[in-house]
Amino acid sequence: MDFPSYYLDHVAGGRLIIGLIASLHVLINHPLAVGAYPILTFMEWWAHKHGRKDVDELAYKITFIVFIVTTTVGAMTGVGIWLSTSLFAPFAIGSLLRVFFWGWFMEWLVFISEVVLIMWWFLSWKKADTPEKKKKHIRIGLALSIMSWLTMALIVAVLGFMMKPGEWSQTRAFWDAMTNPLYLPQLGFRTFFALMTGAVFVWFSSFFFTKDTSRLEPKGQRLRKWLVYRLSHVVLVSLVMTLLFGNWYWHNVPEVMKANSAVALLSQQFMGWHSQFASLLGWTLGAFLVIAIAGLSFSSLVPRWALLIPSFMGIWLLGHFERAREFMRKPWVIGDYLYSNAVHKDELAFLQSEGLLKHATYVKHREVTEANRVECGQDIFMLACSRCHSTTGLNGVIEKFGLMYGDDKAWDSSGMLTFIQGMHQTRTFMPPFPGNEKEAQALVAYIQHLRTTREPLQGAQTIGIEAAPLPATAENHVTQQ
Amino acid sequence: MTLSFLLANTPIPRDLPLPLPLPEGLLKTLLVLFFLVHILFVNLMVGGSILVVVAEWLGRKRQRWDTLAHAIAKTVTVNKSLAVVMGIGPLLCINLVYTMQWYSANALTGHAWLMIVPLVTVAFLLTYLHKYTWDRWAQGPKKTLHHAIGIAAMLLFLFIPLIFLANINLMLFPSEWEKVRGFFSSLRIGNVLPRYLHFMAASIAMTGLFLAGWFGRKSSDLSHLPGFARPELRRIFYRVTALVTMAQFGFGPLLLFTLPAAGITPQLYAIIFSGAAVGLLTLMVLTLELRASDEQIGRHYGWICALFTVVVLGMGSGRHVYREAALRPHQAAIQERTQSYAAALAEFQKAQAGKPAPAEPDAHQLFMNCAACHAPNTKLVGPPLTEIAQIYAGNPEGIVTWAMAPGKKRPEMPQMPPFAHLGEASLRKIAELMLEKGKVP
Repeated sequence: MDFPSYYLDHVAGGRLIIGLIASLHVLINHPLAVGAYPILTFMEWWAHKHGRKDVDELAYKITFIVFIVTTTVGAMTGVGIWLSTSLFAPFAIGSLLRVFFWGWFMEWLVFISEVVLIMWWFLSWKKADTPEKKKKHIRIGLALSIMSWLTMALIVAVLGFMMKPGEWSQTRAFWDAMTNPLYLPQLGFRTFFALMTGAVFVWFSSFFFTKDTSRLEPKGQRLRKWLVYRLSHVVLVSLVMTLLFGNWYWHNVPEVMKANSAVALLSQQFMGWHSQFASLLGWTLGAFLVIAIAGLSFSSLVPRWALLIPSFMGIWLLGHFERAREFMRKPWVIGDYLYSNAVHKDELAFLQSEGLLKHATYVKHREVTEANRVECGQDIFMLACSRCHSTTGLNGVIEKFGLMYGDDKAWDSSGMLTFIQGMHQTRTFMPPFPGNEKEAQALVAYIQHLRTTREPLQGAQTIGIEAAPLPATAENHVTQQ
Repeated sequence: MTLSFLLANTPIPRDLPLPLPLPEGLLKTLLVLFFLVHILFVNLMVGGSILVVVAEWLGRKRQRWDTLAHAIAKTVTVNKSLAVVMGIGPLLCINLVYTMQWYSANALTGHAWLMIVPLVTVAFLLTYLHKYTWDRWAQGPKKTLHHAIGIAAMLLFLFIPLIFLANINLMLFPSEWEKVRGFFSSLRIGNVLPRYLHFMAASIAMTGLFLAGWFGRKSSDLSHLPGFARPELRRIFYRVTALVTMAQFGFGPLLLFTLPAAGITPQLYAIIFSGAAVGLLTLMVLTLELRASDEQIGRHYGWICALFTVVVLGMGSGRHVYREAALRPHQAAIQERTQSYAAALAEFQKAQAGKPAPAEPDAHQLFMNCAACHAPNTKLVGPPLTEIAQIYAGNPEGIVTWAMAPGKKRPEMPQMPPFAHLGEASLRKIAELMLEKGKVP
């Protein structure tokens, strides 16, 4: 509430936009960076050891794709997560940065070395023309594999922290934030998932570079067989490990959630997701298993399109995983500390008693009156609801109340008021209403007004900001002197 | 002029209630240093993309320029990756030190800020396309297309810095924020355009200096650049640097004299003018180099780089000194408001703690959780109490069981959310009250 509200009326809270950017980033990072680098380094090493020029050439060509994609879309979607969260939830990313500065700082250093190494590795590949130079070159690939895994290892700590801060809630210490209870299982899950999908990616792209030019000399077939046989092993081993870590991960979550009695219901939400996720994980791993066994048994017969099935299932699984992980965190953006609408846990009662408008920065009025009720309601919507809800669009308040009270009937304002004041009890993924009773009434008035006019709500990036003078209280005597 | 007057129309937000992870002074030093490293690579990326286009254009008549353009293009794709990755450090620092001003500027120019992601991605993909199709698209209409791709990438690189500049500029003037209506209107605040010109000139000058060293170094392999001798390449790029640096003596004062008064201090003038003096010295050494013979040119390269570093450090600190002075009253007001809010909050919490612990909520209070959907006689969201009382007459346990894990009975109504978190004892109280309220009199 102390930042101008960037707001897109039809996509609600920007979760969709952050989600799209983040999912794209993860979909590139996991298979291409974390998964593929070690596999490609292995190929280069093997080629060097056994004098297989063709394997080296194939590894180089696939590295070219990885190089282009990771240094453009991959890098920019990573920055994009940051740029988009700083628009939609500056209070959250700003707080996380203060807690996690060292994590991000280390991640930055690792990221610099990752970028330098990928450029060095790829751009010097053809120049490594003696055995000594080749040995050194393979070591660059090894360092790159380690660094790209480390970037993920560091950032996963932040994700885990947001859901369950663990000891940090009491100690406010950086290391407690890093070693939160979900860290290791999530890291293991992601690591082997990355290797599994990375193997399928290398396998898939090798089809484009192993076409036979002459039927008499089936070099491509020989190369493909070599690759598929080995990648099948990688898929099989990673699959077992993904399953083990996935299992550990979801056995860790409910327990943690149970301990947190205020959001006990969330575990029910989670249980619903749990069974869905379990079956999706099962089917996806099944698809990878079939491919891996087929690759082991009759490698040359596995057609290109068959690899797309586990790939798409993998994308779906990962997307579902990220979405659910984000949802489970609610109503918090930082567990047990900061609600998703920028209200701190410890200031909630204060704001409910004093009023939200009085202490906000970008509002038109400080006090609800008969005349300004709808305008106040709009500001309250922007402050308290707009980080998740749109007005009439996606996840819109009109749609939600329509589901409850019926689209074709009049909505009972006193019923709506009761609902808003108690919604955190009935919809436990929503934060408590952070204002006083008059403000809740103003919000109801705005929603009723919105229902009839359906006027679009513009964000600060379009209509600018308005900041009513602060009332003369102890809080702001500086401006009144 | 008192603080209150200065801040009359200025929004004063509260700061985040978390301490900075490092001493503020250290963070500010890191910000200036990290930023200069970042902007160096941005300069080389932007300036490089311009020089590539110019050299490729010259290459349409004389082939040797085309090969030179290709060689420059190979540096751009590397420098662009370093520009991005080195940008994270200063972004980290500015987010921490100027949290309230920086994020506010981001939000006010929101669409443009978000567009950075696709625009930069497209620009990067175009630079790769440009570089890797150089030999294949070398003739006829394909060459024209190739050149057009280079131009498109350059235009994107010319535009994107404007978004960053708009934000860096806007954050300095909180008293102007209420006037902003999106990115383009933010360009009218402060002095974005002179800053932009100064930055663009610096990009070309830096790239010239970098390329003079890159191609001029003894170990560089010039076999793929037929028609160019090492001294000539050094001279070409020295000349680019010298000419543009000369132009900076026009852009620099323009930037300085259009700066809003908010952050101008004697210290700022001292820093900027000493920086400019060193700049003049650099220009003299550059001229000396340009006049040197083929054998001699390049021997002062180290000196020129060192002098440029001093100039850049001067400009970077000048920039910071201005920002500090411009934001001092705003920062002070934010701190004041943050502290008094924290005090008011603490007082409230103390008063709350002093009150006797709230009694267990009675059945009527508990029922408020249900009242939004269940009314006595009418159907709100769920069935009215009269209907519930009929179904569960003499069976409050039935209501409790249902509320713990509701199913979906009525197709015309939304499914009820579970209430297990209230606990069986409370649900039992509610159930009994419901049956009583629902009794038909």
